[in-house]
Amino acid sequence: MENEKSLQIRNVIQNNIKQRGHRADRLMPVVFLMLASISIFTTAGIVLILVTDSIHFFSDVPIKDFFSTRLAPLNAKNPEFGILPLINGTLFTSLIAMAVAIPVGLTAAIFLSEFASEKIRRVVKPIMEVLAGIPTIVYGFFAYSFVTPILMTLIPNLGAKNVISPGIVMGIMIIPMVASLSEDAMSSVPKAMREGAYGLGSTKLEVTLKVVIPAAISGILASFVLAISRAIGETMIVAIASGSSKNFTFDLTQSMQTMTGYIVEFTSGDAASGTTGYYSLYAVGLLLFLFTMLMNLVAQYVSRKFREEY
Amino acid sequence: MNQQHKSETVYEVKGLNLWYGDDQALKDINLKIGKNEVTAIIGPSGCGKSTFIKTLNRMIENIPIVRTSGEILYHGDNIFDKTVRVEELRTKVGMVFQKPNPFPKSIFENVVYGPKIHGIKDKALLMEIAETSLKSAALWDEVKDRLNDNAYGLSGGQQQRLCIARALAVQPDVILMDEPTSALDPIATAKIEELIDTLKEEYTIAIVTHSMQQAGRISDKTAFFLMGELIEFDRTEVLFSNPRDKRTEDYITGRFG
Repeated sequence: MENEKSLQIRNVIQNNIKQRGHRADRLMPVVFLMLASISIFTTAGIVLILVTDSIHFFSDVPIKDFFSTRLAPLNAKNPEFGILPLINGTLFTSLIAMAVAIPVGLTAAIFLSEFASEKIRRVVKPIMEVLAGIPTIVYGFFAYSFVTPILMTLIPNLGAKNVISPGIVMGIMIIPMVASLSEDAMSSVPKAMREGAYGLGSTKLEVTLKVVIPAAISGILASFVLAISRAIGETMIVAIASGSSKNFTFDLTQSMQTMTGYIVEFTSGDAASGTTGYYSLYAVGLLLFLFTMLMNLVAQYVSRKFREEY
Repeated sequence: MNQQHKSETVYEVKGLNLWYGDDQALKDINLKIGKNEVTAIIGPSGCGKSTFIKTLNRMIENIPIVRTSGEILYHGDNIFDKTVRVEELRTKVGMVFQKPNPFPKSIFENVVYGPKIHGIKDKALLMEIAETSLKSAALWDEVKDRLNDNAYGLSGGQQQRLCIARALAVQPDVILMDEPTSALDPIATAKIEELIDTLKEEYTIAIVTHSMQQAGRISDKTAFFLMGELIEFDRTEVLFSNPRDKRTEDYITGRFG
């Protein structure tokens, strides 16, 4: 370029850079911070309400009675608020769900990440993710009106409302989450590491089981824990298909109510504001929140603890 | 098979062609690699040198669109033969890669990975394998007190020597090296070159390098590749001092590349 012209360009640039205000640079971080704090304040607000209303509840019901097996919130003379039947229901539905979701989800992830051709992956992954997009009420209906009748032919004593059917369906719902997160963890293992193993005469299966999965284990375990947390918090499927029995039982063929199911039942009409029953919702909600928060912390810990540095 | 022949030629490549889809990356390659020789493969980027070396242990077939024709005889047997198991071939023909790629495991577990997956379980024997392999890779003294530390705590040069030890642990016959020093500093590079010099007493080595000085320092024979063709293959000192082909001369004198 001619000397004069490049000198001109330089002048324009130098002028502009001097004149340009840095207002946007100072303003935007504040805007970002404000928008980001919405979620933090919301969370804080929720926790605050859960805690204050739970305190109301515990001033009526001693902790000892809360952690008991007797649950009869609508008994007008002598209401009882033992939460253990609900914990039982939550625990069993979640365990059954994990028994379905972990093996199926992990094998799906292994197949997609290590064995499927690019073409198959491109078709299968979106289809699987559609599973995650189905509204949970549809799953609940599916469990109640399709899976339960089928199971009834296999298990003679199965109640119309039971724990097994929603557990299985909840597991199916969670499969895409386990598969997708585990697949992400496995496909982010560097290709060079796989090559190193192939170069030593490993078969594809050996590379997968002895190199890829150990290297991705933190992400895989974290996906399991997040899936558990999802199962604990899941509401519609269990509300529809596992019913509202408040008996403390270990019989999986019978109805059990989960913590989330309890909240659904009560918020849909029966709890007058200000009653102990009304406040019990907050206590159950708080416990549920603590459970899922604990699971998320476990997920974080697991993914840090088992991370293989590379 | 003739025993005499076996002891001389390790690899004989005959009319090798290779395509990535419709692009031909190797065109009618013919060369022989002799026992205990270091063969350097040089050429500009994209000339097919890495493709070629990865064909020698059929690693190239991990890319699904690759097709080959021609023969590669390894001790007289065609490696493309249907009866050949690639896993078996790769235990005899080890490979070291461009960037050090240890597994995210301990130093010890890295070295014994190969022997372990091939069925060696005896702890004492594995320990012995680890020690001899690390000694052969000139790494033992630096790591003998921390065999259980994660391999990623080592420096880049140490990691690469660990990868060499890992390859040696399965007792191969040939070691293929694909630009093993391209990610290393000059001191680490010098150590690897020194190592190659001692390794060639026991192993046959083929090394891809983009550095002509390196080829000159370490190799007995040099192959010059250009656009998928083997332009010239000769004893290293001959190829560098008295190239027959104009293109070789242009490349080694730095006129292109």
